[in-house]
Amino acid sequence: MNGYLIAAYAATWIIHIAYLASLMRRYSRLKHDIEELKRAQT
Amino acid sequence: MNKAFPILGILTALLLSYALYQALDVAPTEQTMGDVQRIFYYHVPSAWTAFILFTVNFVASLVYLFRRNPASDIVALVSAEVGVVFCTIVLVTGPIWARPVWGIWWTWDMRLTSTLVLWLIYISYLVLRRFSSSGETPILAATLAIFGALCVPFVYFSIWFFRTQHPQPVIGGGGSIDPRMLHVLLINWLAFSCFALLICWSRYRLEELQREVEQAHALESLTQSPRSSR
Repeated sequence: MNGYLIAAYAATWIIHIAYLASLMRRYSRLKHDIEELKRAQT
Repeated sequence: MNKAFPILGILTALLLSYALYQALDVAPTEQTMGDVQRIFYYHVPSAWTAFILFTVNFVASLVYLFRRNPASDIVALVSAEVGVVFCTIVLVTGPIWARPVWGIWWTWDMRLTSTLVLWLIYISYLVLRRFSSSGETPILAATLAIFGALCVPFVYFSIWFFRTQHPQPVIGGGGSIDPRMLHVLLINWLAFSCFALLICWSRYRLEELQREVEQAHALESLTQSPRSSR
């Protein structure tokens, strides 16, 4: 298969996966914040 | 998050896999460019998805300016962020396709330059939203989004109005396409649209939660400050 084709498809999925990973990181940080808030309220 | 989300996630993953199989195996090989032309099945649907998301951003920004509705502000932010992801893919896959076909990675012609300008406008929109702490930020961002959206039709029609190296549009333009290629293109666009919708949905929920937590933090600091001052 053509090297440029592989590079383009790989780049597409690397960008999508990097963005999804950043979303998951933000989710886990938010979850931690919510737990801290709950602890502070009790 | 809603229980339907994992099911829709699996369905979208299956659709994306099917679209990938169609693009790599089922679509006919183009006679002059060969296999490298298959970049088209990722490049064009990503561009269309980015354009749609920037249009959603435009409408949501207008609604926010007229009604000051927080939900439309979140929709504007989310659509711009996901739109930038898709536009980045267009700007990365374009030069990878151009190198073997045109012999150059980049040329400052109207379609390529205007796409880069569009991307920079939405990057500045996201930078403004991320780093400005002023209460006027959503209004400023909505105004910027309206100028950004004006760039979308300019990017799309630039290949009609200017002499450019970029090919004509395959739908509604001067270009023509094999029906089998069009079928694969539309399947890929459907798959990427479903994927974009899912990402927008989860990003919307994340932003909503983030704003609720910020409000709770603000409320907590308000209730604690009289105690600490005593």
